[in-house]
Amino acid sequence: MIPISLIQKTAETLMDKAAIEIPTDYLDGLKRAAAVEDGDLSSFVLKAMLENYEAAKQDRRAMCGDTGTPRWYVKMGNEAQIQGGPVALETALRRATANATNGVPLRPNRVHPLWRTDHNNNVGIGAPEIEYGYEPDGDWIDLITVHKGGLFGTDYRMLFPSDGIQGIKRFFLDSLVAFGKRGLACQPAIIGIGLGGCKDTCMVLGKRAACLRVVGDRNVDPRIAALEQEFTELGNSIGMGAMGFVGKSMVIDTHIEVGYCHTGAMQMSVHAFCLSSRRAVARVFADGRVEYRTDPNWFTDYQRRETVDWDLPQPAEVQP
Amino acid sequence: MREVTLSTTPTPEALADLALGDIVYLDGLMYTAREGVYMRALEEKANVPMELPSQSAANFHCSPAARINPDGSFEMGAVTATASFRFAKWLPDWLALSGAKLVIGKGGMRSTDYKEYFVPNGAIYLSTVGYGTGALLGRGVENVEAVHWHEELGLAQAMWVLKCKRMGPFIVASDMQGNCLFERENERISKNLHRVYEGTRPATLKRFGETDDKSEELI
Repeated sequence: MIPISLIQKTAETLMDKAAIEIPTDYLDGLKRAAAVEDGDLSSFVLKAMLENYEAAKQDRRAMCGDTGTPRWYVKMGNEAQIQGGPVALETALRRATANATNGVPLRPNRVHPLWRTDHNNNVGIGAPEIEYGYEPDGDWIDLITVHKGGLFGTDYRMLFPSDGIQGIKRFFLDSLVAFGKRGLACQPAIIGIGLGGCKDTCMVLGKRAACLRVVGDRNVDPRIAALEQEFTELGNSIGMGAMGFVGKSMVIDTHIEVGYCHTGAMQMSVHAFCLSSRRAVARVFADGRVEYRTDPNWFTDYQRRETVDWDLPQPAEVQP
Repeated sequence: MREVTLSTTPTPEALADLALGDIVYLDGLMYTAREGVYMRALEEKANVPMELPSQSAANFHCSPAARINPDGSFEMGAVTATASFRFAKWLPDWLALSGAKLVIGKGGMRSTDYKEYFVPNGAIYLSTVGYGTGALLGRGVENVEAVHWHEELGLAQAMWVLKCKRMGPFIVASDMQGNCLFERENERISKNLHRVYEGTRPATLKRFGETDDKSEELI
């Protein structure tokens, strides 16, 4: 049984880490981009960003004043048990979000869409989002918080099989150029692409591809992995860099996730994470251990499964 | 690249000396104002709770990551600009009312905006860098002098008055002739775009927005 107090305490720490500490995989990717960038304005911007990450860590202040819209991805091992059950879990995550908004502090971004009313704590109707996933074995719970920034850099389009790869490329470029102008997408960023599913799942896949996979990670399907690399190169050949200045750094990495879709359709979504790719992860075990990391490791074989059944491990094989 | 330190109540000469792409650091008082403040001051005709522009001629399009402590003091973490083009509707009247000479934000405005109401008001646009250098900018805030209208508008839309000490970096994105740094860059980039797009295929199904003619077939 995982104590609920431990979940809330861990969640508060994660909120703090996500807002302040740039994940190493993205930082290394940005350093590589800065090393090859030759546009003078773009280079200046990347250098300032690298200094900014240091300042944030030294001062323990948020990297960016727009601290995004905090949300939670929760993954549970099949044997995980949480004190108080799922309602207690959601309460703990909502409390942690509110407490950290005041504590770090974060910007209380969340308001009612029509009345613009504000609880000043990033909690409200449907906020923070809490999404779930499961894994076949284990008694742990993974808490993942993502504070995705940016009103820009995200789009969806209904394509069709006849649009093909060249249609996908066109929409990829359209999205990057449209949102890259004047740097509205806060590039260079990790780009997530969702292909297939239904409209909602296509958006979910693309967003998760951007936010829940680390720089350098490749899709297990080698043909999709090749596309990911091709799209990164394509994005960086636009001639645009940070803030929409002349340059060559638009994309730190591209991640593509697919879902089975209607036979007549080929839905596509594009999501740009930002210069403050805020994500933090912890695995909380039943025995009270907590392991922090920055790789959500969300897209396991189980999450991408194609089959009807999934063989659960036999009782003898279950780890104590 | 040239680096300049500028007052938040700058002289016309100091502004005329700036060139597109110059890096600027700011000293003095700066206030945040975005749609909430504009609507309250311009549409509801509320009295602006500061002496403008004598106290500050620098309008920051920003909501800080900040809190008001129970004892009334302030905690300011990171400060980052928000996209300015959304405020074009209010800015002509705001520049006239406030006498702002520096508009600081994200993404700049169109050169037509600069020529129509920035230049006549003697104002220029400074862009934040990145746009995520919130921690660096936060270090440049020496003190939060006041926060106005937070009860009416909420923390994110309130008018925060910040005392800046070498706050930056910012980039000069418009000049006294109304030239636009971003449009200059876009023009250079656009020249090569046809090569990048070569071989790609326009979508089979068009969308409204790509055409404004509602009688047009989209397939």
